Amino acid sequence: MKPVIGLEVHIELKTKSKMFCGCSADYFGKKPNTHTCPVCLGLPGTLPVPNKTAIKWCVMLGMALNCNIPLFSKFDRKNYFYPDLPKGYQISQYDKPFAINGYIDLNSQISNSKSQINSKFKNKNSKRIRIRRVHMEEDTGKLTHGSVSGENVTLIDFNRSGVPLVEIVTEPDFDNAGDVKDYLQKLQQIVRYLGISNADMEKGDMRLEPNISVLKLKSQNPKVKTELPDYKVEVKNINSFRFVEKAIEFEIKRQSEILKKDETPAQETRGWNEAKQKTIMQRVKEESSDYRYFPEPDIPPIRWTRKDLENIKKQIPELPNSKKERFIKEYGLTGYDTQILIREKETADYFEGAVRAGSKDNIKPKTIANLIINKKINMEETLPSSLIKSIIKTSSYGKINTDKIIKAVGEVLNENPQAFKDYKDGKTQVLQFLVGNTIKKLKERVDPKIIVEVINKK
Amino acid sequence: MNYSAYTIQGLRESLKKKHFSSESVVKDCLREIEDNKNLNAFITVCEKEAVEKAKEADKKIKEGADLPLLGVPISIKDMYLTKGIRTTAASKVLDDYIPQYSATAVKKLENAGAIILGKTNCDAWAHGSSGENSDYGPTENPYLKDYVPGGSSSGSAVSVAANMCFASTGTDTGGSIRLPASFCNVVGLKPTYGRVSRYGVIAMASSLDSIGHFTRYVEESALILSITAGKDPYDGTTPNEKVEDYSSYFKKNIKGIRIGMPKEYFSKGLDKRIKEKIEKEVRYLESRGAKIEIISLPHTEYAIACYYIILPAEVSSNLARYDGIRYGSARQNFGDEAKRRIILGTYVLSSGYYDAYYKKAMKIRTLIKKDFDEAFKKVDVIIAPVSPTLPWKIGEKADDPLAMYLTDIYTVTANLAGIPGLSVPIGLVDGLPVGMQILGPHFSEGRLFQVGKAVEESGL
Repeated sequence: MKPVIGLEVHIELKTKSKMFCGCSADYFGKKPNTHTCPVCLGLPGTLPVPNKTAIKWCVMLGMALNCNIPLFSKFDRKNYFYPDLPKGYQISQYDKPFAINGYIDLNSQISNSKSQINSKFKNKNSKRIRIRRVHMEEDTGKLTHGSVSGENVTLIDFNRSGVPLVEIVTEPDFDNAGDVKDYLQKLQQIVRYLGISNADMEKGDMRLEPNISVLKLKSQNPKVKTELPDYKVEVKNINSFRFVEKAIEFEIKRQSEILKKDETPAQETRGWNEAKQKTIMQRVKEESSDYRYFPEPDIPPIRWTRKDLENIKKQIPELPNSKKERFIKEYGLTGYDTQILIREKETADYFEGAVRAGSKDNIKPKTIANLIINKKINMEETLPSSLIKSIIKTSSYGKINTDKIIKAVGEVLNENPQAFKDYKDGKTQVLQFLVGNTIKKLKERVDPKIIVEVINKK
Repeated sequence: MNYSAYTIQGLRESLKKKHFSSESVVKDCLREIEDNKNLNAFITVCEKEAVEKAKEADKKIKEGADLPLLGVPISIKDMYLTKGIRTTAASKVLDDYIPQYSATAVKKLENAGAIILGKTNCDAWAHGSSGENSDYGPTENPYLKDYVPGGSSSGSAVSVAANMCFASTGTDTGGSIRLPASFCNVVGLKPTYGRVSRYGVIAMASSLDSIGHFTRYVEESALILSITAGKDPYDGTTPNEKVEDYSSYFKKNIKGIRIGMPKEYFSKGLDKRIKEKIEKEVRYLESRGAKIEIISLPHTEYAIACYYIILPAEVSSNLARYDGIRYGSARQNFGDEAKRRIILGTYVLSSGYYDAYYKKAMKIRTLIKKDFDEAFKKVDVIIAPVSPTLPWKIGEKADDPLAMYLTDIYTVTANLAGIPGLSVPIGLVDGLPVGMQILGPHFSEGRLFQVGKAVEESGL
């Protein structure tokens, strides 16, 4: 039995305005139906005018995911009826998406100290997930089923209607839930690096739809190429990486059991029920829906020049993989440390800021990295330069030879026997006098605590 | 109408000189509408508001304001959204719909000082060639009782022809301006696709819809276009193309202009009397120095088939929003023609049929465009009939949708190619008006006005 898993991910872009009108796209937590206009309400006579930034960001994401960017692209209408879809069709992309044929490599092959021991294993396990397409579409309104004055009603909020949405579709290249989670984390990281979405799961910025099937292997020889299973089960609208993992694992088990009985699992759409810890059937898909796609006549096709695409490419910031490689090379960090530093772009930037600030004081990047990784630095309140100052402070205390301090303390105590006696008798106020004299003798900045420790040991 | 002798430009001069007030003109037009109620040209008349606006216009004129349409009464096809004024698309589905915003073209006309008298009748959703598909009853031809005025912009054409107003807006998806203009003895312009914004006009078939207008004279048509044309940030299909000074074309004579007559448009099926009339006009133009050439547009015969695949496909999608949830009227309330087009369109877009129908139609559309591109290498404009027949009696073709579709045989090509067309009156046959269309390359409206004006001057 071999699981065959593909993934569709929807990501909401954080553009200022919506995809086809000037309404604010920042709808989260806003009063229902306050971010709307004739266009996103789909009123008669309205026309969509595409958001150039959203298109650019979609192409950027395509590039960051190693996709080809076709020079010709267009929007299409996906026709279906649903109350949250005010036009009766969704503007999407069908056969000419903005980006095609990309990939994400699941385990970076760069060796590092911590994983060196099992680097062989890691390399072997490194897997390329092919990305079929990255396309642009608009979000729908939001339905809330509830009760108003004792009557069961469905309420529609159009604040989300027309918010730019990017869909990333993989080939069915996954065979386990762990890889799916790894892929999602990488994708989320790239999107955040690009600064095109917060990719915040809780706010619905990122929505996940795995399709899962299990293949009954006819041959034991893994080299024999087998066809894809003749069914697939979609699990819709999952909003947490952990739930995706659980849903996939549950489905693999459920489907395998059916297959063991020589039956075929039904082609259907299911949902993850966290309370029951299982997927639940939502609807049976007898055949694929007919969305009657056709080219959106209200939006002229997009034709890129090579130069346009070069300009977009230039705007892509350094992405996690290259940053990781560079950190290892440039700062001599371990792969493990680097992994932590680059997890979020803000941390990586903070680290580099601190390295720059510390370079004139010869503070080693490794020292800074350790501090950031091991101590919980409040990056919002501590400027990189303040971090460096505190490093200098502590490290210069440490530079003083302890023997030197012991020697100096010995001398001071010999010179002031009465004071030492008084201290021992409990007159703590003389301690400051002793410490002060010791510092004077050392002619260097020393952490007074160390001196006190030495005195106490006498 | 007491003021029917005035052109829009003439009316404006007199209003400026305060020979009479806009209020008196508007009231006179409203009286005309009332007296000719039997023509059923209007679905909604805004009497009170129009008189109010006229008073405001008079005040502005007194204050020295000078706008090209200040105080000029016009009517608006009920496909155009008008803020605060009921807009029905002549369908009971939108019977009580009051828009929150106005179409860009409406705004531009109002900003130019025009006064909206009301919303004109048309075929429901602009589906039709005769005006008979309106859920508010058919409009009648003012020239001969019980005859159709042509559609779909039936009420608009009639409102101008019967002197109820000085200009009216229309939509032309396959001939819906040119045909009623021809049937009602007025000038009808279908501009280049995208020349006038579609924003706020209820969509019929988005890739074909052209936003144009009716006037009695060619120079008025040019004036209206100079107001409505131009890029609209709300319509992504309006290009940056500069709006020309159309009036400059009226100073040019037509000597040396090359006029093509496509042989496919003058073959069998065309009423002989119409053909003769056009040929007479062409001889006149020739006498004024135009060069006449017989040309060929070889893919013309596929135009209607191609059109009636692309059109319903887009219609089926555009009408999806009237889903019974939002506009208070269930989809059963669509009339037969809308239902027919929704079913046809849904069918041709269905998987398994898309390639055989829609995709093939799009290919033919490209060929038709190429026909025109080739033709315009040889000639400056093309002259062709608008309708193969004279206006018919109300009810005559009502049960034969196919015969009705064939009425558009000479007009749909311009929509498929996106080129402009101007329908100009060329006289009467048996008391019924006949028009002829002048077609040109994209954005050649100025040239069409130039030739149209010459036709107007023929006096034939």
